[in-house]
Amino acid sequence: MKIHEYQAKAILSRYGVSVPAGIACFSVKEAVLAAEKLGGNKWVVKAQIYAGGRGKGGGVKLAKSIAEVRQFAEAMLFALLVTHQTGPQGRIVHRLYIEQGVDISHEYYLALVVDRTSQCVSLIASDAGGMDIEQVAAGSPEKIHKIQIDPLAGLNLRDAERIVREINLPESCQPAAITMLDALYWAFDENDASLLEINPLIVTPDNRLIALDAKMNFDDNALFRHPEIAALRDPDEDDPLEAEASQHGLSYIPLDGDIACLVNGAGLAMATMDIIKLYGGNPANFLDVGGGATVEKVTEAFKLMLRNPGLQAILVNIFGGIMRCDVIAEGVVSAAREVKLTVPLIVRLEGTNVELGKKILADSGLTIISAGNMADAARKAVDAAARHRTETATRGA
Amino acid sequence: MIVAILIDRHTRVITQGITGKTGQFHTRQCREYAYGRDCFVAGVNPKKAGEELEGIPVFATVEEAKQKTGATVSVIYVPPAYASAAIDEAVEAGLDLVVCITEGIPVWDMLRTRARMRGKKTLLIGPNCPGIITPGELKIGIMPGAIHQQGRIGVVSRSGTLTYEAVAQLSELELGQSTCIGIGGDPINGLKHIDVLKLFNEDSETDAVLMVGEIGGTDEEECARWVREHMKKPVVGFIAGVTAPPGKRMGHAGAIIAGGKGTAQEKIEVMEACGIRVTRNPAEMGKLLKSVI
Repeated sequence: MKIHEYQAKAILSRYGVSVPAGIACFSVKEAVLAAEKLGGNKWVVKAQIYAGGRGKGGGVKLAKSIAEVRQFAEAMLFALLVTHQTGPQGRIVHRLYIEQGVDISHEYYLALVVDRTSQCVSLIASDAGGMDIEQVAAGSPEKIHKIQIDPLAGLNLRDAERIVREINLPESCQPAAITMLDALYWAFDENDASLLEINPLIVTPDNRLIALDAKMNFDDNALFRHPEIAALRDPDEDDPLEAEASQHGLSYIPLDGDIACLVNGAGLAMATMDIIKLYGGNPANFLDVGGGATVEKVTEAFKLMLRNPGLQAILVNIFGGIMRCDVIAEGVVSAAREVKLTVPLIVRLEGTNVELGKKILADSGLTIISAGNMADAARKAVDAAARHRTETATRGA
Repeated sequence: MIVAILIDRHTRVITQGITGKTGQFHTRQCREYAYGRDCFVAGVNPKKAGEELEGIPVFATVEEAKQKTGATVSVIYVPPAYASAAIDEAVEAGLDLVVCITEGIPVWDMLRTRARMRGKKTLLIGPNCPGIITPGELKIGIMPGAIHQQGRIGVVSRSGTLTYEAVAQLSELELGQSTCIGIGGDPINGLKHIDVLKLFNEDSETDAVLMVGEIGGTDEEECARWVREHMKKPVVGFIAGVTAPPGKRMGHAGAIIAGGKGTAQEKIEVMEACGIRVTRNPAEMGKLLKSVI
């Protein structure tokens, strides 16, 4: 799960990390009041969306007067913000964060991530802050410094001392930096974070260390023990279809193709998308109904897939293990009846009770194209989609 | 003596979480497969010690179950919030192998558990996995036993149903399996592809290996580099997720292309460069394996 910058900063400041004074706003009026309340002579108006790359996309502006705060807030709020992370469709900005402007002497990069290779938490630091760290890593890997942290022992003081030297922090800032690293690590650990990124961490001309930006992601599996973090979820940032799917226990991701697929298991679901593409079609979605699919779940899955206006075919690919094929077949039949299917339906069943499942489909009276194996299923789906596309086009003309 | 890898008809197994619905159901299924009735000898639930489940005694702790029955392996169906503690308990009791089926364990719990396992002899399969099966001998997990055939092909995979697909393709071509292991889809887990390949390499009952991977992480690449240097047997592969968009988690916690890393394309390229033949067609995994033996 992701949260907004201002929420991450609120968490970090509880751990003693210095962040600029700031106020979250939901309207232009609030933004102006916030700037007045914060005082000073410069403010930063920051669009709050989950995606990164906001600065380059015009979602972070330095205002030198209250009038400019108003002007930037008016331009940003409820407008579309496109960054390299939002994709071309962009994101509507619903929240702003107004911060006191801070003078910058140098920018650094800090991050904590769960590193699956070392099975540890890694701390990554660089003196090339403020930039896209992936580009830094690719172009000048010598600027990236890393330490691995033993999850049982926590951050090792020697390692921390070494890394703040390696990124050339001014000597007078180093003790504060070590304290900050420890605070960040505890914030990461205690909140079950999966990513914590400070980019940039800045040193001011008077040698203060401030987290100018903050990004935190959390482990969905651990949200049950962090209700206060789960409550931060911003529904405006969720894909509505993905959110609806997850309410029904379905894992669903819309894609831009026209052959929908309903599969049990994530690996097989990806492989099904891959084989559709391999046979010349385009998958419309990833959809994993999981291990315990019921008739209701399958029906919901069909409803989700049918929301796609450009849909040309639906491919059901089920390898029944614990999940019995007859249960899936009943789900498919009842769903197809309930939702009034308008596109060809291709079904491939394999595994436990497969014969019974096939019989249920055959006896249903529904027009179902049945497939013997995965290749057959993909080929039939691609052909049926092409035929349906032509037929609809002819009828339309 | 090793027949296939890790488990056979002589293995004695404890079910942790035997009194729950899932634990009960699958223990029953596993007992009905091959020598399962002899192999599943104990259950653990601290609150129900002294009870029995269809003749299987329930003990308060793994340690006690091990003492009383001589079991060396456990399988875990405990709910996610308690599952890492269940692994810890099995490791503390000094079992040889723990198979954790549970899906949805917090990453931090697994980080700590993995750190505690350092220097211990216990091997871990999973979590979030279908388990392990030596066809005709013993099944420990939730895979459908009937699709498997006894034979000499090793199978290792990160996913559940895609493993079944691979196994079914092999069985269809009468290529039986020595052992099939689902290592699970979580980022922090026990045995990786490379560890399983090492076992297959040394196993006299395995002639060739089918390795199924997916997007996320770099485990397949690491395994491929090891294969190039050390593997004495043919290895073929498939990687799921060529069409998966970056930044989106495809089902399991580990299946995500993040920071430009973990793409299927990259994995396939490294595997091929290391001499592993990889099919782009998930319907041809069995066929590809047949072509190399």
